[in-house]
Amino acid sequence: MSEEQNQKEGASEGNLHEANAGASQKLEMNAAGRMVPTWVNGKEKIPFKGVNKHRPSGKKAATAIHTSIDYPADGNKVVKSLEEALKLCGLKDGMTISTHHHFRNGDLISNMVFDIAAKMGIKNLLWFPSASFPCHEPQIQHMLDGVIHHIEGSMNGPLGDFASKGKMTKGLAVLRSHGGRYRAIQDGDIHIDIAVLAAPTADEFGNGNGLNGPSACGPLAYAKADTIWADKVIVVTDNLIPFPCQPLDIIGNFVDFVVQMDKIGDPEKIVSGTTNVTKSPDRLLIAEYCAKFLEGAGLLHDHFNFQAGAGGTSLAFVKYLMDIMKARNIRAGAIVGGVTEHMVKILEDGMADFILDGQSFDLEAVRSMRENPRHIAANLLTCYDFHSKGNTTTLMDAIVLGATEVDLNFNANVVTHSDGRMLHGIGGWQNCLYAKCTILAVPSVRDRMPVIRDEVTTLVGPGELVDVIITERGIAINPLRKDLLEATKNSSLPIRTIQEIMDEVHELVGGAPEKPKLGNKVIGVVEWVDGTILDSIWEVPE
Amino acid sequence: MSQTAEAGRKGKGVRSDCWVGIELTDSGGLDLNIQSKVMGMYGESIHTLVKEVFVALGIANVRLEMVDVGALPMVIAARIEAAIKRADPGIKAEFLPDMRAHCNYLSQKERFRRSRLYLPGNQPQLFINAGLHRPDAIILDLEDSVSPLEKDTARFVVRNALRTIDFKGAERMVRINQLPMGLEDLNHLVPHNVHLLLIPKCENADQVIAIDKRVQEISSNCGRTEPVFLMPIIESAMGVINSYDIAKASPNVVALAMGLEDYTADIGTQRTKDGRESFWARCQVVNSARAAKVQPIDTVFSDVGDEEGLMASVLEAKALGFDGKGCIHPRQIKVVHKGFAPDKLELEAAEKIVKAYEEAEAKGLGVASLGSKMIDAPVVKRAQKTVQLAINMGLIQGVLPGQGNNPNPDERGNGQ
Repeated sequence: MSEEQNQKEGASEGNLHEANAGASQKLEMNAAGRMVPTWVNGKEKIPFKGVNKHRPSGKKAATAIHTSIDYPADGNKVVKSLEEALKLCGLKDGMTISTHHHFRNGDLISNMVFDIAAKMGIKNLLWFPSASFPCHEPQIQHMLDGVIHHIEGSMNGPLGDFASKGKMTKGLAVLRSHGGRYRAIQDGDIHIDIAVLAAPTADEFGNGNGLNGPSACGPLAYAKADTIWADKVIVVTDNLIPFPCQPLDIIGNFVDFVVQMDKIGDPEKIVSGTTNVTKSPDRLLIAEYCAKFLEGAGLLHDHFNFQAGAGGTSLAFVKYLMDIMKARNIRAGAIVGGVTEHMVKILEDGMADFILDGQSFDLEAVRSMRENPRHIAANLLTCYDFHSKGNTTTLMDAIVLGATEVDLNFNANVVTHSDGRMLHGIGGWQNCLYAKCTILAVPSVRDRMPVIRDEVTTLVGPGELVDVIITERGIAINPLRKDLLEATKNSSLPIRTIQEIMDEVHELVGGAPEKPKLGNKVIGVVEWVDGTILDSIWEVPE
Repeated sequence: MSQTAEAGRKGKGVRSDCWVGIELTDSGGLDLNIQSKVMGMYGESIHTLVKEVFVALGIANVRLEMVDVGALPMVIAARIEAAIKRADPGIKAEFLPDMRAHCNYLSQKERFRRSRLYLPGNQPQLFINAGLHRPDAIILDLEDSVSPLEKDTARFVVRNALRTIDFKGAERMVRINQLPMGLEDLNHLVPHNVHLLLIPKCENADQVIAIDKRVQEISSNCGRTEPVFLMPIIESAMGVINSYDIAKASPNVVALAMGLEDYTADIGTQRTKDGRESFWARCQVVNSARAAKVQPIDTVFSDVGDEEGLMASVLEAKALGFDGKGCIHPRQIKVVHKGFAPDKLELEAAEKIVKAYEEAEAKGLGVASLGSKMIDAPVVKRAQKTVQLAINMGLIQGVLPGQGNNPNPDERGNGQ
């Protein structure tokens, strides 16, 4: 593509971003009964049609043909700075820039990219991260200054708060699951101009991984689609090693430039603080009910595959589950997760055959992945991509997840609080709903706020995919899962209807809550895994 | 006139509670300044409740500041009542939340009291889910866990909790203050279906009699007919000496508990893990309780993180003859129940005795025997209790004569 064409494309992208600004929002009711916009950030969108109802045809996005002789013959793609790399990539107004979130709250690169863009006088960039964290709060200033036009990606903490107040005026927040983001790139819903990928270890050719170096973070699963489909790829590392960097998480053949820096991440914050088993007696009770439910419903067997997160309740669940499996002499097959030292111990104790690691949460997990061939890097294509020839989430016998709210129809919300404020991303949560048995483990009440509602504030997970809701007040099985109801009929488990649990909480807290007072402007949308629009996120006036 | 006062808790780490500051004024009506974490969900209901409390207490003019972090309605009401009465101790009216149906169940003298979970009386956030952990009893504590400055507000919180919180069948106990302050606690408890009062640092029978007498007076005033059971806590050298008299002081005494922190200080030593210093006292309390036909209950195990240590301590207590143990954290309950569960040999022996007794009864024999040995009535009773506990805990299937089946056995022995 010529420089001139590039200029034109960039400019038109910029105009597309603008197309949304100020335009009146045309809303339509989708199959879930939610009012959703039909145009999002200058592109026409399909309202949600129902679970498994949308079957697009056509071709996936294509990438440009490159010729290897146009790249350094000695394989050395190192340039002197990130600014130079961005210039060489042709950074200009209106482009879409992606980054990954494997460094979580210790990411130094995303902010740096836009600081450089600001210095260069670039405007109207679309930031397309795989997730954002509180450390990305400086991006708010870049939005106010017009450097960032808007953000499409999970909006955590301060960014979510900013958008919720209606302050991200130029575009809508688009919340996608991890799998949904992969799908959106692959299907051509979104085109990345430049991907800037932090790699804890890399060689001059651009091969990289996350297993070694001062910013070691585990697998680089979330960077895979960006590597393949972005026009330009920059690898940034603070641990440049001689060719060949092995194993390959980022394949150098997709990489344009390599930048070496003193520090790309804050190791203390890369390893998140979420890896302690909960000490809360109520959460322990929930975790215990989860494990006992799997046993009581007869779902445990040899080579049982399961997935659990790295939160305190999930870790406690895994601990209780292991006690039961040990007592019954059952060995797990593949265990999947946000991986922590607790899971590593299960693998090393011979209680499971494999770990499939989408994200490492502590250095023990990183160490294990480096050393143990049974600790395998998972990939969003294999586990979460909805538009592929199957994905491995459906092979999971059970998955335990959280939620901010659930409702009487087993619908669930993970992105907004009950007052409508957007504070969390979707992560892999939507993708995981396709497991054989999806369990949402939630407290029934948080500081007087009932977690079970008549109707969730924001619909993120359709109830027909949620099999069981487990609270400290009992276990509610989705009436659609007659098999699970039958299997637990004579058990000693505290099986109740979801209505009973909600009524008990209302009795405790002084009745049903008032409806949230939302504004009349849509500030974001939740995409379903197939790319259709599942719900709108509304402005919450200050 | 301008009287100000405050009550409640605020600041970092405070959850499900509120702080209120009030100023009683001569005019101007109700001036309400309410900040709440749950304003969007419960703003209207909080305003309604606050007004109801002022009406009930006869307050027409007041300025209220409130910082709420998700307090239950019964907590908001208690905090406001406490602040108002601090500002004007002459106010006698009460604001009583509706007594909920789930608070009306009764207790029995002979019930299992293996675990009893202490809940600090001024920390209502800990009450909410206490019953879900299935202790045999919960103790709303007005004594050591409540600072002297907060005794008044804790009384209102505990009173309101007795009227509103579902403790899921756990026996509803309150540890009152030492006498004479403890006598002042009773008005806030007896009319509200408290099942049992723990009497701290009990040293002689007269203290038990004084409480029992005051309880009877309040009961007849409020129309309460069910007894209020008593569990004196023996925490001193003199208490140990008088333990039998204490246990016999009233027919409402159902158990004697041992409190070791104060006891060891009283005898001039320190508490150790193996507890040699208190061995005699514990045996003495068990002996006194058994002689008086009440339950001996052991002290708490204070290291919450040490489950193995707790289990060893429970097994030791059981071996010494105790029937129960105090818990200071919900995580301890399951361990305590497991420790007090009948073991295999115990259960087999008990089942044989019960069977022999039932057969003898069916044949119309006055005396049951096992092999060539006669079985005494207390032995039968104890065996029946062991079997019942095993059924309740789901260790064995079956129904004892005169007992309902338990469709949902849980870790708790009472099958509520």
